[in-house]
Amino acid sequence: MAGSDKLNITPPRWLLAELSYKCPLQCPYCSNPLDYAKYPNELSTEDWKRVLSQARKMGAVQLGFSGGEPLTRQDLTELVGYARELGYYSNLITSGYGLTEEKIVELKQAGLDHIQISIQASTQELNDHIAGTATYQHKQDVAKLIKKHGYPMVLCVVIHRENIHQMPQILEMAENLGADYLELANTQYYGWAHLNRDALLPTLEQFQEAEKIAQAYKEKVAGKMKIYYVVPDYYEDRPKACMNGWGTTFLTIAPDGTALPCHSARELPGLDCPNVKDFSIAEIWNESKTFNFFRGTEWMQEPCRSCDEKLKDFGGCRCQAFLFNGDMYSTDPVCSKSPERHRIDAAINSARELALSDREKPLIFRNSKNSKQF
Amino acid sequence: MTITPDQLIQFSPLHRLQWEEAQQKYVILYPEGMVELNQSSAEILKLCDGSRLLAQIVAELEEKFATSGLTNDITNFLNVALQNGWIRQA
Repeated sequence: MAGSDKLNITPPRWLLAELSYKCPLQCPYCSNPLDYAKYPNELSTEDWKRVLSQARKMGAVQLGFSGGEPLTRQDLTELVGYARELGYYSNLITSGYGLTEEKIVELKQAGLDHIQISIQASTQELNDHIAGTATYQHKQDVAKLIKKHGYPMVLCVVIHRENIHQMPQILEMAENLGADYLELANTQYYGWAHLNRDALLPTLEQFQEAEKIAQAYKEKVAGKMKIYYVVPDYYEDRPKACMNGWGTTFLTIAPDGTALPCHSARELPGLDCPNVKDFSIAEIWNESKTFNFFRGTEWMQEPCRSCDEKLKDFGGCRCQAFLFNGDMYSTDPVCSKSPERHRIDAAINSARELALSDREKPLIFRNSKNSKQF
Repeated sequence: MTITPDQLIQFSPLHRLQWEEAQQKYVILYPEGMVELNQSSAEILKLCDGSRLLAQIVAELEEKFATSGLTNDITNFLNVALQNGWIRQA
C-alpha cells in the first residue's frame, strides 16, 4: 500500500452524503459514475444516522445532502433534523425538482441551513434541453421561494460549450433571483462529462471571454452577491489541489454506503473502497487501505516527488491521472511539468476541432438506459 | 463599507457562529465554507447579537478582560467582519 504513514491524519471536515443516484434530470456532465445503474441499493435511514453521528464525532461539520437528487429520499427531513441536532451545517444540493413551498418550510423547521439549486442555462429552451426535462420555470419559482423563506442561496450553473455564451444573462439571472452566491462551475471532466467532453469543452477564447465578463460582474455585485469561479483546469498549467489532499478533509458516502475520498474515486482500480455497513467511519478514515492510499507524498513519482510545489497541489487529481495516463500514481497531466501534458492539449484540440466544424456530436444523457451500457 | 457607531450590530442570519468541540475553537459556518476564529475574534462576534453598538461592545470586552485601549482593534476587526458579510447593521 502506498503512503501508509498514519502520523498526520487530520479529521474529516466535509461529509458529502450522496443519498441516492435517482435523479429526474439527465445532465450530460453529471459527476455520478457512468455505471451508477449497477448500484441501485440505498442505505437505510438508520445507516445514514449512524454515519452522520460517527463522522460528526470525528469533527465533520459541513454536510452536503446530494445525489442524484436528494429530494427523492422520503426521509430527507428526518435526516436534516438529525444533522441539526448533531450540530452540522447542512447544505441541500438539489436540482429543485420536486421542491415545493411546503417542503422548503418543513426543511427549514427541521434545521436545514442552506440550499444550493442548479440551473442549467439562462433560457428555458437550453435549460430544458441540457437537463433533459422541462424544469426551467419550476427552478425559477423555487429559487424565489428559497429566498422568501430566509435561506442563504447558492445558484450553481455548470458552464460548458453549450451555455458559455450566455454568461452575461446567467449573471443577470442570478442577481435577479437574489442569489447570495453564484457558483460558476466550469465542467470538470469526469464520469459523464468525460464521455461528452468533445461536445462540452469550450475553446480557450470562449473561456477567456466568459471569465472577463464574470470578473467584471464580480466587482459590480461586490457586497451583494459572491461569485465562486471553479477554474477550468485543462487551461491551467498547474493542477488543482484536488480534494485539498487525499483523505485530509473530504469524505463522500455513495448511496450504497461505499466510502470514497472523492466522488470519482470509484473509477480507480484496486482501491477496494470500504462500506459503512461493514466498518465505522473512524476505521474507514484512519485505517482503511483506500483512505491511506494517497496520503502524504511517499506514493508520488517524478516529476512530483522532487517538486517544490508538491505540498501545494498534492500532485493534482488521481482520477485525472488515471483517466489520461492509465496510471493513478502519475502526475496530473494538467501540470506543464508532466511528460503527459500533450494528452490534455490533444483533448483541447479535439474539442476545438469539433467546435469549429459543422459537425454535431450528440450528447449522451445521464439516465439509467445509458448507464446500463457501462 | 465601515461600521457606523450609532447603529446596532447584528450577526448575519445567513451565517452561523458555533463552538466546535473537535477543533476546540469557534467557527463561522456558511454555504459550503468555514472560517476558524481565534479567541478574541470569537469574543467580539458573540456580542454582535443586535442589542449593542460598537462602543458598548468595546466597553464590555474591556471590562471582561480588565484592559483598555481596545477600540481600534475591535473596530478594525468588525470592519473586516462587515466586509465579509459576517455581521450587518440595520
